[in-house]
Amino acid sequence: MDNTIFGFAYLLSAVLFILALKGLSSPVSARQGNIFGMIGMAIAVVTTLLLHGSGLELGNYTNIIIAVIIGGVFGAILALKISMTALPQLVAAFHSLVGLAAVFVAIGAYKNPSAFFDGGIITTGSMIEMSLGLAIGAITFSGSVIAFAKLQGLVSGNPLVFKGQHLINLIIFLAILTLIYMISVDPMNLSKEQYFWAIVGLSFLIGFLIVLPIGGADMPVVVSMLNSYSGWAACGIGFTLQNTALIITGALVGSSGAILSYIMCKGMNRSIVSVLLGGFGGDSDEAAAAASSPKGNVKRGSADDASFIMGNAQKVIIVPGYGMAVSQAQHALREMCDLLKEKGVEVKYAIHPVAGRMPGHMNVLLAEANVPYDEVFELEEINHEFSTADVAFVIGANDVTNPLAKTDPQSPIYGMPILDVEKAATTLFLKRSMASGYAGVDNDLFFRDKTMMLLGDAKQTTEEIVQALNLS
Amino acid sequence: MDFLSLFTIFVLAVFVGFYVVWGVTPALHSPLLAVTNAISSVIIVGGLIAAVASKGLIDLSSTMGLIAVLLASVNIFGGFMVAQRMLAMFKKKK
Repeated sequence: MDNTIFGFAYLLSAVLFILALKGLSSPVSARQGNIFGMIGMAIAVVTTLLLHGSGLELGNYTNIIIAVIIGGVFGAILALKISMTALPQLVAAFHSLVGLAAVFVAIGAYKNPSAFFDGGIITTGSMIEMSLGLAIGAITFSGSVIAFAKLQGLVSGNPLVFKGQHLINLIIFLAILTLIYMISVDPMNLSKEQYFWAIVGLSFLIGFLIVLPIGGADMPVVVSMLNSYSGWAACGIGFTLQNTALIITGALVGSSGAILSYIMCKGMNRSIVSVLLGGFGGDSDEAAAAASSPKGNVKRGSADDASFIMGNAQKVIIVPGYGMAVSQAQHALREMCDLLKEKGVEVKYAIHPVAGRMPGHMNVLLAEANVPYDEVFELEEINHEFSTADVAFVIGANDVTNPLAKTDPQSPIYGMPILDVEKAATTLFLKRSMASGYAGVDNDLFFRDKTMMLLGDAKQTTEEIVQALNLS
Repeated sequence: MDFLSLFTIFVLAVFVGFYVVWGVTPALHSPLLAVTNAISSVIIVGGLIAAVASKGLIDLSSTMGLIAVLLASVNIFGGFMVAQRMLAMFKKKK
């Protein structure tokens, strides 16, 4: 059969994947883009079966079909049942599977070179590409497993730091590179198979060690970074298989994850290196709550006060944070905003780039609660509007509003872009306690005259405000 | 294909990815993660090659391939469907 046509088919599927990402430039075109992505995937699968599976007994396809059905049904159930609050965990789990699949493909290719390589010979170049794909895949897998466990609460979100950690990581990393070199100079020498398994083992280990010291609040960066890794792993395997669809897709995903990591780091004014070195930002509260001492008078308010202030406002800006996700307050929040809009109040939402546990987390939760996306704004779009707002309603966010980031060069969050909620006539804070945020920094906004604190569960407080608004 | 051609494709694809992803609206960064996750499962191609290569026999290589196919399938279906579910929720003001 003519191989050119298969080359075209893989190219077509890569182009469809590019269009899938292009579609995400706007919510209007995004769903169509997603369909393009699905078509691209179907083309890639069918092309591969036609190219490599010719002259086969049907029996072998049965195995594949069964594997696809089992995996597909499982994936579909996960996708349909998962609550939107648990999305970050789901994405982490999915990344781990891509990594693991890359590992299995590499093992399959190594154990059966005749299926993958011309003349059944693994060249030095192919072996380097394959072992890089293998190592990155294994790191993606174990790193994502830890990220999943942290996000799911199976492992403490606090950074796990021990002495000599970075040195150990460095040694393991150099060991992996050495092993890749040693196996690649003579790839067909079967006595070197142990190096292959050593690469797998050490890569799993370093994946665990990289993510363990990273705190819960840095999870948006970790999730993006693992997304990027899964792309590079696919790329490595793509070079091994000389498959353009895999190379192009891997490169797209790799750069996508890298860009997201960059955006998240910038949103916290932290370098990717400092995130990777870890040790910053745990689950907050408890310890910090005990340590923080009151710095002045706090004005506490009730749901009735909040309803009165907002009911008489002209413009209210909502600032959601991870606390909203934890207490699932988004539906009550939207109900509250609907009532305010009925009273003629202008309502907008302001999203900080690192709010939540994954990029775009808040946008999805608000969309789930039927908040129209044209009422939701990014930091740069809306920050100048706080000075004209009567109320800034901060629900479950803290550090992203802390003015210390602008004024105190000593503060760990100095330089982080913040939402200027202090410029609103009144700032309402919905918080569980007076504790500081993940960065362990007191927010002196809590003690200002224009601020009113509503302590308690975000959802419950919001529901009380809804009741009060209904009565007034 | 020789390495240089593949590497050329790779570098150009990184640039395409760079410009396309900067064009993604921040509001859709979560669906972006789901979609990239789904399309990176095109690694299923490698699993399929390993799985069909053994001509019906079940050996180590084809078993590895089948497991890779199964894992990638979870991602393909899960990733696209969860992205679709998220995107369906993004609505304009009535």
